Amino acid sequence: MSVDTATVAKIASLARIKVTDSDLEAMVPELNGILAWVEQLGEVDVTGIEPMTAVIPNTLRLRDDVVNADPLTGGGIRDQVLANAPAAEHGFFGVPKVIE
Amino acid sequence: MTDLTDLGVAAIRDGVASGEFTATEVATAFNTAVAEAQDALNAFIVTTPDAALAAAAKIDADRAASKPLGKMAGVPIGMKDLFATRGVQTTAASKILEGFKPEYESTVSQKLWDAGAGMLGKLNLDQFAMGSSNETSAFGNVISPWRRPDDTAPLAPGGSSGGSSAAVAARLAPAATGTDTGGSIRQPAAFTGISGIKPTYGRCSRWGVVAFASSLDQAGPMARDVTDCAIMLEAMAGFDPKDATSLDLPVPEWTAALSADLRGKKVGIPREYRLDGMDADVARAWDEGIAWLKEAGAEIVDISLPHTKYALPTYYIIAPAEASSNLARYDGVRYGLRDLPDGAGLQDMYAATRAAGFGPEVKRRILIGTYVLSAGFYDAYYTQAQKVRTLISHDFTNAFTQCDVILAPTAPTAAFALGENSDDPLAMYLNDVFSVPASLAGLPAMSVPAGLDRNGLPLGLQIIGKAFDEQGVLNAGLAIEQRAAFTARPARWW
Repeated sequence: MSVDTATVAKIASLARIKVTDSDLEAMVPELNGILAWVEQLGEVDVTGIEPMTAVIPNTLRLRDDVVNADPLTGGGIRDQVLANAPAAEHGFFGVPKVIE
Repeated sequence: MTDLTDLGVAAIRDGVASGEFTATEVATAFNTAVAEAQDALNAFIVTTPDAALAAAAKIDADRAASKPLGKMAGVPIGMKDLFATRGVQTTAASKILEGFKPEYESTVSQKLWDAGAGMLGKLNLDQFAMGSSNETSAFGNVISPWRRPDDTAPLAPGGSSGGSSAAVAARLAPAATGTDTGGSIRQPAAFTGISGIKPTYGRCSRWGVVAFASSLDQAGPMARDVTDCAIMLEAMAGFDPKDATSLDLPVPEWTAALSADLRGKKVGIPREYRLDGMDADVARAWDEGIAWLKEAGAEIVDISLPHTKYALPTYYIIAPAEASSNLARYDGVRYGLRDLPDGAGLQDMYAATRAAGFGPEVKRRILIGTYVLSAGFYDAYYTQAQKVRTLISHDFTNAFTQCDVILAPTAPTAAFALGENSDDPLAMYLNDVFSVPASLAGLPAMSVPAGLDRNGLPLGLQIIGKAFDEQGVLNAGLAIEQRAAFTARPARWW
């Protein structure tokens, strides 16, 4: 499968990356080169093989059902959460208007 | 007195403990080396001489008060700028995170500080750890301290942990942290004549490490010898409830159990790694490594890893897929760069921010990842890759019924010149041909210096071990280190 300019524009839109027409021109052959190369995986017989989900056997843990069990990842740290925001206002993340 | 910057982790720690010199003297010596090399090598994005001195002063005070000293007490290190450090800019070498000062400390860096280490600065890397040459950093290329004879062409320090490898090789730090997703500790270690180990996936917490491909990312130490790597890995590893894939296992005392006696051990030589047209010096180094391990008492066995040729394409589906998902968080809202064109709405702001903040290689991988995960293509690319990944992992499981560790080259060539591979993304990807398979299988793997090639540049040998068997990897690494007697170092030109 190869991609054309319209497909790459669509992918870029899905990925929320603005691209110019000249970016697209350069990207189409690059992405096609990579995709053509990875497509050799199609020749591998994977009958009966499960896709990998965990590389090292491990079990999913539940943490204790306690508020702020770890203060680092708990609540009550609004100012720290907002400290690096490019536009924090009144204790919130500021964004451009999203309703008409 | 010896030049303190010639000392490694163990020598510094022991010298500080015995009072031969103070931690402050050590930190001062390395701070000076860092400052003198910064313009030429660009190994650091931010230097933190005051942090190094403050950590050293605390160790000197602790020693004076006869308090117990940690495993890394008095050792100043470089911190790859992928680890979140509280109050110190953390960028992943991307413009999108420029100015980001975390309010928290990564688990691994905190463990190192708790063990008595100090921070010389944040080390440059390929942007979001995506690259094999350090040419994708938004903060300029790192220049290797190594050069070809009678040639001033700047060489790649490897990647993505290229600031780490350059700093350790140039004696700007006795050790540094690295992270390895497809070879980013091992390949730069090989390119610069140092040692580095990627432990079993899950040994070192990923909490507070900027994510690239979460099922592959693993932190590890880079230092000048195997013992120093073992010491530092003990300080970095350990269970962390904040990382869902952290291994809930005790940290073995790898250093105490180091042994270069390999009698009774079997070393597998994977026949699929002997590529047609292999670099003659790399092939020679590999043969020497085989002879050294035999001499150390090991039995050499021929093994097969039949899906080796599919490892790279598998990686270049899975890693971009995970990256496209992980990097969705950079949206110009919560931290980092925001590009808000006049009159733009929220969606335009996202797209403009990400266009301005990400470098070309990062965009390329996000687009590939978005494509292979998109409706209609998911099964053909992503599911197929995850199935082949299972087969690659099975290859190793089968091989390890016949051997204890595997010996292979780390990289297909010695360091290349900057610019040599950067026009063709695929040519650059092929650098990871020997390192990616162990990453896909989550196995511990290490690179140790083996010798020099025809241009006087370092070559590395890679040891791959069974899951959880860092000890076997380190021991085989030590056996090679003792016989390779690698003492070459870059002549100082900076």
